[in-house]
Amino acid sequence: MTPNPLWELTLTRLRLFFREPSAVFWTFGFPLALSLALGIAFRNRPPEPVRIGVSGSGASDRLVRGLESADGLRVSHFRDEAEVRKALRTGGVDAAVLVRGAAEEPALPATGVGRRPEHPIEILHDPTRPESRVARALAADAIQRAAGRADAVAVAERTVTEPGSRYIDFLIPGLIGMNVMSSGMWGIGYVVVEMRTRKLLKRLVATPMSRAQFLWSFVLMRSAFLFIELPALLVFGWFAFKVGVAGSLALLVAVALLGALCFSGIGLLVASRAQNTQTVSGIINAVMLPMFIGSGVFFSTARFPDWLQKPLRLLPLTALNDSMRAVMIDGAGIAAVARPAALLAVLAAASFALALRIFRWR
Amino acid sequence: MTQAAILCRGLVKTYDEVTAVDGLDLEVRAGECFGLLGPNGAGKTTTVEILEGLNAPTAGQVEVLGMRWDRDEHALRQRIGVSLQETHLPDKLTVEEVALLFRSFFSRGRDVSEVLDMVGLREKKKSWVEKLSGGQKQRLAVGCALVSDPDLLFLDEPTTGLDPQSRRQLWDVVQGFKAQGRTVLLTTHYMDEAERLCDRVAVIDRGKVIALGTPAELVASIGGQQVIEVGFENGVALEDGELRNLPGVRRVSRAGGGVSLAVDRLHETLPALLGLAQERRAQLSRLATHHATLEDVFVTLTGRQLRE
Repeated sequence: MTPNPLWELTLTRLRLFFREPSAVFWTFGFPLALSLALGIAFRNRPPEPVRIGVSGSGASDRLVRGLESADGLRVSHFRDEAEVRKALRTGGVDAAVLVRGAAEEPALPATGVGRRPEHPIEILHDPTRPESRVARALAADAIQRAAGRADAVAVAERTVTEPGSRYIDFLIPGLIGMNVMSSGMWGIGYVVVEMRTRKLLKRLVATPMSRAQFLWSFVLMRSAFLFIELPALLVFGWFAFKVGVAGSLALLVAVALLGALCFSGIGLLVASRAQNTQTVSGIINAVMLPMFIGSGVFFSTARFPDWLQKPLRLLPLTALNDSMRAVMIDGAGIAAVARPAALLAVLAAASFALALRIFRWR
Repeated sequence: MTQAAILCRGLVKTYDEVTAVDGLDLEVRAGECFGLLGPNGAGKTTTVEILEGLNAPTAGQVEVLGMRWDRDEHALRQRIGVSLQETHLPDKLTVEEVALLFRSFFSRGRDVSEVLDMVGLREKKKSWVEKLSGGQKQRLAVGCALVSDPDLLFLDEPTTGLDPQSRRQLWDVVQGFKAQGRTVLLTTHYMDEAERLCDRVAVIDRGKVIALGTPAELVASIGGQQVIEVGFENGVALEDGELRNLPGVRRVSRAGGGVSLAVDRLHETLPALLGLAQERRAQLSRLATHHATLEDVFVTLTGRQLRE
């Protein structure tokens, strides 16, 4: 019985991959570690209380109690004005409240700061620090309320921190896209060139092996890996950060698969002529760098100027990331991702055909 | 007359300025083991790769098993087995997996286990390639060339760099293949390998065939059955002419600072040579005799050693 060559070639690719522990780590472990690290660094914290330092006491003590009972303020007391100023200067508090009573006035220490006309209460803040400005506003509001000020108009408020608008929700689809790109490029480009330098390609074409089937085995391998990579990142994103898929899971898989095919083709293309692994490493980095930066992996493409938007939309990773985000975050349907998906399909077919044509087998 | 397995006429291959193959004619008969013998850089590998259809000739005609590469490539690939001079098979596949991969490319052929028996790797079939010795790797490479049960086997320097025992094991594989009536074309720069395996040998130098025949015919062509190698120390050199006049000397050639004499009757030539040296006060730095080999044929024809 004659074994099937395409099956044997693909099986060979899978075996060689899984028998190389470092390759397994870089393809599966690294993106998980990266999303964990970035997710922790950019996680949404519960709102931090604004820190107010208070020093002195006097007639305005009930206003200070109003500060202490206000929402979102944490009040700490300092021995004298010098201490609280030091805390403000070093970032220990966001704003300082000085309370003065007539009886204590002579006891105030000399601070070296010129004495201004005395008010019973004074707020010190640094307007160049946003949190200090917030602290000033909240402290002033709490003091005025404690003094009896009423709201002139009733305003309804609603907080919006639901999943979908966090950084990690933006990041996970981008990381999936980046992973599909880099494992396609390295997993194919580097491996093919290594086979060329080891004269294995030459040995293979000395047999009746179909050259197209040889290239196809790489595409099949990448497609098979997608069904490990994609669930790994999705499951991880769900359990670690509650990042879900708003749209159809099948559509998400289909889009990711198109991305994998596209980057397989490009991986074969970058490897089609290179004679050594240094050359192909350089080419791979040169091809991937613009997409790392410009395709919205870590930050939105919208940050680039208008004249760059059109060319950036033509990059395959932009197309992949945009459609992944559309499906995962916005729950978009087929119609919404048709254009970028078509771009991926066209690039996949064109790069594969070109690679087969110009491939150097010796 | 038996049909030719390989026929090539006026083969030329030039790379930019360099002429690797320079008008080479070859006829390999079906069922014989034919050797291309020559030093490194003689054009052996280029010639073989053209015959294997891996390299296009600049000029000349090539016919393999009655077919031509430009017309019948696929059919031809099904019927030849190839072992390149240098192929690194994937380190992390087992012997059996590698053989099965190569087997899958051919529409007919042998069972993988049968081939592993032929090359003596049955016990190693579950071992990774990286765990094999140099000789075992080379036998696996030859095994990959045998999975299709080919009519014609190409071996490019199959034993270069191997230890003596590994070389003998590989020779056994080649002789076993030949015993089935199949054709082998091998290149080598080891004269003992050519003498041991080959029915006929073409000596190649600078892209041309400079001698052709059975090993015995080639050895006989230098005229003597024995060779005396002699070197002089103190600058007193004996002229070629006077050496040729010694009794029993058939041919004089110089290589590597010494002189070799092809002789018929060692027992007459040797005393006469020593007598002449004494008479001229020439001091011998070296004196050795051996049966003539293909190495001597090469030295005689080119004035150079095979391996230098």
